[in-house]
Amino acid sequence: MAGFELISDEGYRFDGRKPSELRRVRCNMGVFTQADGSAYIEQGNTKVLAAIYGPHEASNNMRSKVCLDKCFINCEFSQAMFSSAERKKRSRGDRKGKDMSAHIKQTFEAAIRTQLYPRSQIDIYLQVLHSDGSLYCACVNAATLALIDAGIAMKDYVCACSASLTKETSLIDINHVEELAGCAEFSAAIMPKLDQIIYSELNGRIHQDELGQLVDAVTSGCKDIFAVIDRFVRGRLEETASYFTHS
Amino acid sequence: MSNITIRLPSTRRTQNQYETGTSYLVTPGDVITEDTDYMRGHGTYCTGDADDKLYSSVAGVVERINKLICVRALKSRYTGEVGDIVVGRVKEVQQKRWKIETNSRLDSILQLSSVNLPGGELRRRSATDELNMRSYLNEGDLISAEVPQVNVDGILSLHTRSLRYGKLSQGCLVIVSPSLIKRRKNHIHNLSCGASIILANNGYIWIYTTQHSSQTEEGDGGFIISNESIPIEDREIICRLRNCIKCLAKRSVVLYDTSILYAYEASMSYKVKQLLDDEVCDEIVNKTIYLLQQANVGNSEY
Repeated sequence: MAGFELISDEGYRFDGRKPSELRRVRCNMGVFTQADGSAYIEQGNTKVLAAIYGPHEASNNMRSKVCLDKCFINCEFSQAMFSSAERKKRSRGDRKGKDMSAHIKQTFEAAIRTQLYPRSQIDIYLQVLHSDGSLYCACVNAATLALIDAGIAMKDYVCACSASLTKETSLIDINHVEELAGCAEFSAAIMPKLDQIIYSELNGRIHQDELGQLVDAVTSGCKDIFAVIDRFVRGRLEETASYFTHS
Repeated sequence: MSNITIRLPSTRRTQNQYETGTSYLVTPGDVITEDTDYMRGHGTYCTGDADDKLYSSVAGVVERINKLICVRALKSRYTGEVGDIVVGRVKEVQQKRWKIETNSRLDSILQLSSVNLPGGELRRRSATDELNMRSYLNEGDLISAEVPQVNVDGILSLHTRSLRYGKLSQGCLVIVSPSLIKRRKNHIHNLSCGASIILANNGYIWIYTTQHSSQTEEGDGGFIISNESIPIEDREIICRLRNCIKCLAKRSVVLYDTSILYAYEASMSYKVKQLLDDEVCDEIVNKTIYLLQQANVGNSEY
C-alpha cells in the first residue's frame, strides 16, 4: 500500500478534491478541418485529441475486414512521447497501444449504429498529449464528441469514468498518482440516457461486496461527465443551427 | 516586403445577433416523441422493445414533414440521390469502369458506357476503348457528373452523357460540408461577376472561367482540356470567390448563387488576401446574412 494517505483526515484527496468530485472538464469540437469529425478534451491534466474519418470506402489494407452488413471500426491509439513524466518513445504497435485500441473499438461497436453503414470503414484516431490517469475514459469521451461532430449515428452518448476504493470510500476520476497508489481501479463506459453499461474493466482485486459500491460510484461519475459534455454539445448546436436555418 | 500578421491564441466571441427561432435541437439518445403515429426518417431509431419511443441518433435539428420525422446533422458525409450533380476525383481505373471518390460512404462508379466517347455517342464500346481508358480519364482527374441511379448498397452510378459534364480543368476546387449546399433546380451557374461555378451536391464546389463558345465542337465528349493561360483578372475573380465561399462555409451559411454573389459584392472593398482574416470574414458574412434576410422579407418562394 502507499506510504501516504489517499484521503486526508478532513476527507480531501491529495489534489484537494472531495472523493466524489470530478476533475475540471474542458472540451472543444471541430478542431481539425480536414477530418470528418474531431474533438479535444481535458480532464484535469489528461489531454486527448480525437479525429474521426468516415464512413468511407475501406482502404486497401483493410479490405479483408469489410463486413457486408455493417461497418468496420478501425481504432488507433497513440501516446505522445512527452505525455508522461518520463519521456518515453512508444512505437505504434506496442502492447499497451493495441490493448487500448481494442478496448475502444469494442466500446464503440456497441454504441455506433453500424448496420446503417454496410461495407464502410470508420477510423477513430486518438492521440494523448498529456497523460494523468483515466486514459481510457478521456479517450472514450473525446471519441464520443468527435463522432457527434462527424454526424455518425449513435444510439446514445458514451461517457466513461474511473473509480477506486480506499478505506470504504470510493474515489471518482482517478489521476496518475492515485493509480500508482496500488488500489484497485475500476473503469466503465455507459450510455447515460439508456442507462446501460457497455464496457467495464477492473485492474486489481476487490472483495465481491465492494463491487456494488464501485459500480454506483462510476455510474454517478459518468452521469456527471455526461452533463458537462451534453451542455457543451447543445451550446454548439444552438450557435451553428441558427445560421443553418437561414434558407 | 509582405506584412505578417500573428494572432495570440484566444477564444473568439461568436456573434449571435440573429434570432435562433424555435428550432428543435436534439442530441444522440434524446427521445423525440412517444407517439407511435410518426414514421422514422434519417437520424432516428427505435429500440424495437415495447416502449416504441423514437430516439435521435445524431446531434442536429429535428425536421417534421407531415408524419415523417428526421434529424438532420450539421455535418455528415454525402448521401446521393437521383438527379444530383457531383464533382469527384478518379481514384482507380478498373475494367470497363472508373472508381470516383465523391465524399460519400462508398466510392461511386462511372461505367465506360456512361461517358461520351469521341466519335459520336452511338458508337459501340470496343476492346480498344477499354484499353485506352486511361487516355480519357486518368487517376487524379476531376470530373463533374450526374447521378442517374443509386444502387441498393448505396453506391452511386454516375454518367457524363451530356456536354455539361466531363473532365474539369482551369479552375479551383473548394470543399465544404454537403449539408451547406442548397438543393435547387440549377447547380451550374454563370455568375455575373465573370466566373462560373458548379455547386455540386456532395460539397465539392468548382469555380472556373466562363468558357467562351469557340470551344468544343460536337463529339469531343468533354475530355479535351485546353491549357491556355488565364488572364490575371479572371484569376483574381476566381480567388475572391473561393475566399468568400470559405468564409461563408466557416459560419455555416447555406450556399447558393445568391448568397455567394452577395458575399462577393460585400468583399469588393477588401483585397483578396484580406478575406482570409477572421474579422473581415465575420464582417462579410454578417453583411451577407443581413442582405439575405432582407431578400427573404420580400419573397415567399425562391
